[in-house]
Amino acid sequence: MEVIKDIRSRKGANLNLKGGAEKILDTTVLPSIFALRPDDFFGTTPKLLLKEGARVKKGSPIYFSKKNPSVKIVSPVSGIIQNIERGPKRKIEKIVIESSDIQDSIKHSVSDWEKKNREDLKLLLAESGNWPFIHQRPYGTMANPTDTPKAIFVSTVKTDPLHVDVQFILKDQKNDFQLGIDLLNKLVDQPVFLGVEKIFSDYFGSIEGVQHYTVQGPHPAGNLSLHIQKLCPLNIGERIWTVNAEDVANLGRFISSGIFCSRRTIAISGNAVEHPKYFQTSIGADLQPFLKKVGIIKEKIRVVNGDVLTGDTSFDRPFLGYFNNLVSIIPEGDKYRMFGWLPFIDNNILSLSNTSLSRIFNRKGFDVDTNLNGEERALVVTGEMEKIFPLDIYPMQLIKACMAGDIEKMEVLGIYEVVPEDFGLVDYSNTSKIEAQEIIRQGIELMISEVG
Amino acid sequence: MNILRRTLDRIKQPFGKGQKFEKFAPAINAFDTFLFVPNHTTKKGAHIRDAIDLKRTMVTVIIALLPALLYGIYNTGYQYLIQTGSPFTFVEAFIHGSWKIVPMIIVSYVVGLSIEFGFAVYRGHEVNEGYLVTGLLIPMIMPVDIPLWMVGLSTAFAVLVAKEAFGGTGMNILNPALTARAFAFFAYPTYMSGNKVWVSEASNIDAISGETILGTLAAGGKVNYSAMEMFQGSIPGSIAETSTLWVAVGALILILTGIGSWRIIVGGILGASFMGFLFNLWAANELMSFSWINHLIVGGFAFGIVFMATDPVSAAQTNQGKWIYGVLVGIFCIMIRVFNPAYPEGVMLAILLMNVFAPTIDHYVINGNIKKRRKRWESSVNQLKTI
Repeated sequence: MEVIKDIRSRKGANLNLKGGAEKILDTTVLPSIFALRPDDFFGTTPKLLLKEGARVKKGSPIYFSKKNPSVKIVSPVSGIIQNIERGPKRKIEKIVIESSDIQDSIKHSVSDWEKKNREDLKLLLAESGNWPFIHQRPYGTMANPTDTPKAIFVSTVKTDPLHVDVQFILKDQKNDFQLGIDLLNKLVDQPVFLGVEKIFSDYFGSIEGVQHYTVQGPHPAGNLSLHIQKLCPLNIGERIWTVNAEDVANLGRFISSGIFCSRRTIAISGNAVEHPKYFQTSIGADLQPFLKKVGIIKEKIRVVNGDVLTGDTSFDRPFLGYFNNLVSIIPEGDKYRMFGWLPFIDNNILSLSNTSLSRIFNRKGFDVDTNLNGEERALVVTGEMEKIFPLDIYPMQLIKACMAGDIEKMEVLGIYEVVPEDFGLVDYSNTSKIEAQEIIRQGIELMISEVG
Repeated sequence: MNILRRTLDRIKQPFGKGQKFEKFAPAINAFDTFLFVPNHTTKKGAHIRDAIDLKRTMVTVIIALLPALLYGIYNTGYQYLIQTGSPFTFVEAFIHGSWKIVPMIIVSYVVGLSIEFGFAVYRGHEVNEGYLVTGLLIPMIMPVDIPLWMVGLSTAFAVLVAKEAFGGTGMNILNPALTARAFAFFAYPTYMSGNKVWVSEASNIDAISGETILGTLAAGGKVNYSAMEMFQGSIPGSIAETSTLWVAVGALILILTGIGSWRIIVGGILGASFMGFLFNLWAANELMSFSWINHLIVGGFAFGIVFMATDPVSAAQTNQGKWIYGVLVGIFCIMIRVFNPAYPEGVMLAILLMNVFAPTIDHYVINGNIKKRRKRWESSVNQLKTI
């Protein structure tokens, strides 16, 4: 195989945290409650198809996207819709499904999929609930089936804190992964871009019909924004699609069986967990039984859907998010530290700054908590974001343009080339404790409503 | 610690949400957060955060300032006592200096922080830590013999006009400490120049006089100090700027901790050396023929480039911009020294001038990035057309 490009990034930082998952796959935990959260699909408004109490099969459409009515979001399991939780303004927060003992599923006809034309394939994916697996750039929203993308990117490289091992997740699913790639290749004019580690395994090296590129460097080198900017930069009006690695396998399994595949292999990790390890389950699973299984060793914890930099959290009952392979569980940090602001004090707290000796003293990994370690302040320090931001974009200027809501500035400074997750490390490390991801997200929302 | 915490929580109660003194919460919080890093947890965004915050940053700058300040206090006493002719010890010099300088620091902090607290309460935001540095810088760059009321007035002017009028910390265009210095310089020129203000008590005792080296040179005189004295700092001048040695120690702290921009500092030294070298070649008068190396170690250049030009708010913000900004500060500093005998020291004006131009420098640097992106967009549109 041929590698089309080596991406080497120097800017960034790997956060070495305690509690990485051991590579043991546990398939014995079978939660009975599942939930879909429309908020997992940034920028879509749900329209319900079913009411509380309705029976669903695995693959039954539950709601559709108001923007693209052909795109259905389907049930990950068969059972009964127990409850539809609504928030302020009757916004749908959660659709809770109680799974039944007997698992039925809806089967679509896929026997001749290779002969189908592009439009029919898109329709099949949309109707069967597989479309939401495909994201688009700009904005990081759900892709629009009426677009034709310039390229499709799939990355198997992860650099986020406590990141999962993609090859471990996919270890028994190589055929499905290859089929998924073949399917995606039907939707785009050039072969799918597949990102692999610099020293890659035969597993990914032998995947056919893709353009391999390698990635190395500290976090956020694994983020697709960097790969896209280096390989196929996004211009105004263009679309690029991205699919998570496990979802490629899910697509492949669907296209071979006709049944929606909601498989999620997740790592439950973090320094509040006694035995961090991998589990196999389904999208939207109730996380409670998993927490019991791994054992929680801290009193007050936060369950984060995703990694500790970009994940989100729901403070009541936690459910697995639609796209997550990682659940990070860390202790809450609502405690005071006397004179903790003095430089070179409290070196047990991970810091990227040279005003702390943390990186010298603690090589085994850091115990982290959710303390803000200060308070929000005006933006004063310059140059610190650039150090950890590998994209060819001025991060602080883009953040300021988003704060000001200056669309023209946001556009030329590169808002199309980023998603909020790219600013996770900026959030973490900036001195003024500003919420960069939130600011970028609001900027993107503004772009979607004003420019589209 | 727990008893202290509980006592604090009790004291803070009337300042809580919906309580009687809620409006004054920022003031009490400022004291509380000085003792304890608060128990706030992350709400949005990244769930874990770096240990650094603005307090830690500012305190690091203060630590970097301390060597120069302590030497400045000693030198104040030294310059006075050596002229009185009687023998003296290090401690006596230090005590004399402290008598002069500690009141100035107190005045600067009291005046400045009162205004900062007032604005924090008025605007309903927390008190920013930036003034901890500004408040120490102001006395450090004043002549020794300046009256205290003048320190207070300059401080008030700087905080009100240079900072709060622009929206407070992070929004100012000019460096507040330098603005205080410039205010005093232009409002009270008779106090701020000549040979009577640079040495303690010189304006009261006729026998004492102390011209700064640059003042002497501008007047066409000969310098009686060796290069070693200039580097070490046992020369008359503003309080803490005389010792290049201890300023360099501060610079090292700033660069190693990553708090000060090494790009600006190195750029400034390069710019000043280049300009000084050019003038050395020309050598039409005393100032021009004054060796370029000596230009780096006399006057406020070292102090200015290390502690004033690196103020991240008023400097250029992009990395490329920082280089340009630093080099230009250096060039203009020496140029003003040489070409303008009315202002023997050019670093203050050079930095203030470049403060004004920093946004312009950034504008052009960022425009490079924007142009690249636009060009890519255009070429992609053209490609589409040809297809």
